[in-house]
Amino acid sequence: MDNKKKKVVVPIGPYHPLLEEPEYFALFCDGEVVVDVEWQAGYNHRGIEKLCETKSWDQITFLVERVCGICSTSHPFAYVNAVEDLAKVEIPERARYIRSIVGELERIHSHLLWVGLAGHFLGYNTVFMWAWKYREPVLDIFELITGNRQSYAMMKIGGVRRDVLDEDIPVVERVLDELKPKLEMLTQAVLDDPVLSARLKGVGVLTAQDIKDYGAVGPTARASGVAIDVRRDSPCAAYGLVNWQVITCQEGDVFAKAVVRLLECFESVKIIQQCLEKLKKNRGPIAVEVREIPPGEGIGHYEAPRGEVFHYVRSDGTNRPVRHKIRAPSFVNIPTFRASCLGQTISDVAIILAGVDPCYCCTERMLTVYDAQSGRKMMTGTDLVRLSQEKTEKIKQKMGKNG
Amino acid sequence: MDLKTKALTRSLWVFHLSTGSCNNCDIEILDCLTPRYDVERFGIVLVGSIKHADVLLVSGIGTRKNADRIKRLYEQMPKPGFVVAIGACACSGGIFRDGYAMAGPISEIIPVDVWIPGCPPKPEAIIAGIVTLLGRLK
Repeated sequence: MDNKKKKVVVPIGPYHPLLEEPEYFALFCDGEVVVDVEWQAGYNHRGIEKLCETKSWDQITFLVERVCGICSTSHPFAYVNAVEDLAKVEIPERARYIRSIVGELERIHSHLLWVGLAGHFLGYNTVFMWAWKYREPVLDIFELITGNRQSYAMMKIGGVRRDVLDEDIPVVERVLDELKPKLEMLTQAVLDDPVLSARLKGVGVLTAQDIKDYGAVGPTARASGVAIDVRRDSPCAAYGLVNWQVITCQEGDVFAKAVVRLLECFESVKIIQQCLEKLKKNRGPIAVEVREIPPGEGIGHYEAPRGEVFHYVRSDGTNRPVRHKIRAPSFVNIPTFRASCLGQTISDVAIILAGVDPCYCCTERMLTVYDAQSGRKMMTGTDLVRLSQEKTEKIKQKMGKNG
Repeated sequence: MDLKTKALTRSLWVFHLSTGSCNNCDIEILDCLTPRYDVERFGIVLVGSIKHADVLLVSGIGTRKNADRIKRLYEQMPKPGFVVAIGACACSGGIFRDGYAMAGPISEIIPVDVWIPGCPPKPEAIIAGIVTLLGRLK
């Protein structure tokens, strides 16, 4: 579309109260209605993939943990899966349960965080305060079993770094038992609220076809009736050993996304409870020793709270990877804004943007864009400057030779 | 103590600036506002514009794309005001120190008054940092 014809541009960002992180969206509006969206990224780009090439295999676990603070066990999870795929390592059963416990605790904390923020964006601060209050006990469990409220450092190539102590298990079970009625109350309160229904139902609808076109993943896809979940489709850790369900909704609006996330919390509680039961019976090592990483390639997936996170590593047999590629779920979820925002009013766009639970610091990897039709590389401003400077350099050398 | 500084010691309004952080520090800052820690009872409120703020909370490494914007935001802050660097990244660059996207640490971009280290600092640590700042003022 020709942007010049559109009358009003409403900028959101880079620093905006709606966004926790710096990010820029330009909404092209015709009256109240949004007719086009533009997205500018790069404010959070930290060059993690390049830094990975300078760190050893064991150090990278800590680096990828800091790709994103909210899904700070999902990235190491996918990374260790990738390296274990490369080195053909089988992890002990006890480590599988501990990995799943940490992964699911993170899902509960992340989903509650989203429900709170969504409430805040709608001007419903009661929901914000409730959700974050009920999130605190989950962080307490983290502090108990891993030693930190965020960035748990539990993953390790070949297993986990710390064991869950026997005396801690009853405490975790008790906190989860207490959490369940609170979660039920919050879920009922959110789902029965007439104001929230009026604001969220039929807003920002993504059809199953949209999801397939954009390749969206995670709760965004499941809210539109596309039942994809890495935990079920290629089970890692203990997900194949416990009973749980993939939650889906058919509507595809923001309300459905909230329903999926809230109901997923209960599935997570179910998974953790089963894993804790298994931990009591299963005695054994929590890690196997991995001495050398052979040359080759490995891929690893994990279902982060926002969708599938994918890591690729290539090794040449030394103690650090030659290439490490990360693809976070928000990278494919954010482009769906074009399908969900167009035709909506400005006041609804805030909650639609928040609806996919975008995580910008996950997303911002370096990439080069090629035009699909011509196969030509798209140039950025910096590239043009570099080309121009190179030409001057060449001319200078030539003149130096001739004159 | 002059009148302006005295007024500052009452209720601090804070503006939160994330400059390429991993969200960890950001959610811990938000945690300070929620029921368990609830700093609002001391009059500390998160505001949406730097022009209303007394304190600039900075988290993250200060990426190259952000460096200029950090300076501009600092210039817009009403003075006297404080800059608080939260987290290992803002204090020293942390694990990203050797990265090519690093323009910080924050103290090399704008003057910093308080450093709160940790990855991420716990909400208690953040509150303790602000209390120390207020104590110094008095």
